[in-house]
Amino acid sequence: MRPEPSDAYPLLSVRNLSKHYPLRTWWGGKGSVFRAVEDVSFDIRPGETLGLVGESGSGKSTIGRAVTMLNPPSAGTVAFEGTDLAKLDPRAMRRVRARIQMVFQDPYAALNPRMSIGDYVAEPFILHRPGMARAERRDEVEGLLARVGLDPRFARRYPHQFSGGQRQRICIARAIALKPSFIVADEPIAALDVSIQAQVVNLLQDLQDELGISYLFISHDLRMVRYLCQRVAVLWHGRIVELADADSLYDDPRHPYTRRLLGAVPVPNPVAERARLRDAARMPAVDPETIGALVEVAPGHWVAGDPHP
Amino acid sequence: MTKAALSPVGVALPAAAPVLRAEPGPIRAFWTRLTARRSAMLGLVIVVALILMAVFADWIAPYDPIATDWGAIRSPPDWAHPFGTDEVGHDVLSRIVFGARASLGAGLTSVALAVALGLPFGLIAGYAGGILDMAIMRLTDALLAIPFLILAIALAAFLGPSLTNAMVAIGLSATSTFVRLTRAQVQAVAAEEFVEAARAVGNPPWRIALRHIVPNIVPAILVQATLTIAAAIIAEASLSFLGLGQQPPEPSWGSMLNVAKNFLELAPWMAIWPGAAIFLAVLAFNLLGDGLRDALDPRQRT
Repeated sequence: MRPEPSDAYPLLSVRNLSKHYPLRTWWGGKGSVFRAVEDVSFDIRPGETLGLVGESGSGKSTIGRAVTMLNPPSAGTVAFEGTDLAKLDPRAMRRVRARIQMVFQDPYAALNPRMSIGDYVAEPFILHRPGMARAERRDEVEGLLARVGLDPRFARRYPHQFSGGQRQRICIARAIALKPSFIVADEPIAALDVSIQAQVVNLLQDLQDELGISYLFISHDLRMVRYLCQRVAVLWHGRIVELADADSLYDDPRHPYTRRLLGAVPVPNPVAERARLRDAARMPAVDPETIGALVEVAPGHWVAGDPHP
Repeated sequence: MTKAALSPVGVALPAAAPVLRAEPGPIRAFWTRLTARRSAMLGLVIVVALILMAVFADWIAPYDPIATDWGAIRSPPDWAHPFGTDEVGHDVLSRIVFGARASLGAGLTSVALAVALGLPFGLIAGYAGGILDMAIMRLTDALLAIPFLILAIALAAFLGPSLTNAMVAIGLSATSTFVRLTRAQVQAVAAEEFVEAARAVGNPPWRIALRHIVPNIVPAILVQATLTIAAAIIAEASLSFLGLGQQPPEPSWGSMLNVAKNFLELAPWMAIWPGAAIFLAVLAFNLLGDGLRDALDPRQRT
């Protein structure tokens, strides 16, 4: 039973978020500005998974790191549980981090090679529950490892002794330690074998059912996004071009770029695949300069600019 | 499918996952790689032997190193004085044994000082960045512009001739190397994703530096420290040779060479033994340092 995302107050509300990088000229003077993310707005409701899809360099990860203030946005507001994170001082932001967690793409790089995984998973408790007794903390860590499907006896081992899927489970165990309300999952399965991907996605889903966590699920795996997410935002050149319920987005894509993106998924059927490639070649090129403001074309289905040229 | 094959999340785990193998921890694995290297083990054995010799000098040395025997002046090696005696009748063997205290003590102490100063400054420069980084790095650049030994001699002369001051002078001269190394290592580690993960979980900057970055730069610092001990031993010998280190009649390999240079043709044993001792100590620390570097190389980690 999947709890229906409530229509109540959104958990996370992003408005007009932009991330700009000033480009310097070769003599060090001020050049133009690279707009990695431009004027992006979306909400995430409690218990909901919002998918964020787009090609490489479209600004997916930049948004993930901006809403968690790891790389704060240049402009816009990120309201989490009613607080504008961009206005918090570092100390207050560290306290909020008990409620917002992150799962990274590369589980090989996201673990400290010199820290036992028991210490690693215990870190949230040390930081946010300073009064917790050592024995209690150890019990919590063992419970978390068991929860993500690892042997609790692994706690004294080091990251290099684990496979990619196991390491991602360790990262997830740490992320759910404090029962956060929101997790940004930045391509959490992209670095894993296909056989392991489903296990990790199922784990994320089970944890959502159990703890009511909301996810921002960043991925370029369109089929996994449809499977996991209630709503999907399509990102292109740093802007959202389409935002809709997963079913209506996949069944009725309105923006030309969304159609191109969905049309780029190979089909395991030679006849259909040949037709797909033929259609793809015929698709009109889309100019990123034409991305306009989002317009609601159907209830809950938002499309940028002029969707029917 | 049996129930036991299911993980708590209802997903079948790969069959290999629940098997606990007795894999060695990182320290045990490092030790295995270190002991597999013959030259490193030779270095380690000599280093340990020299340290034992310095610690237990009172029991090992056959004579008091500053007692003079006017009946045996510049006597060649024989059964009474296996390494011979010097120009005032000191037993050379006893002075070599006690001289290890000055040499190893100076090597270890000065490098400990250099690490104690260099690590925090390098950490601040590499992690905080900005104007602090700028200030610290320009200062170390200025220090690095002066050759190591010249700087040590200048500092020792400024502080006044004594073994303690020589140690301080060598330590300060070696500090800039550690600042630079620490900064470069910190910058490399700070770019790793686990540091960002540490921030994401709410670590304050000081804890990221101490718990996540420092443990990952210790190997590089350890290798550099071991190799710098060798350089510091030479520096101490040089300062003592110049009269800026250990003061006579207290023994030091460097000051023994200083006296011996006047009697090279008449009493070569006065120069050979301290020279051999310096050579052996420096060689041992260099072999050990190279072995540590190979054993700690992260690219060879499983």
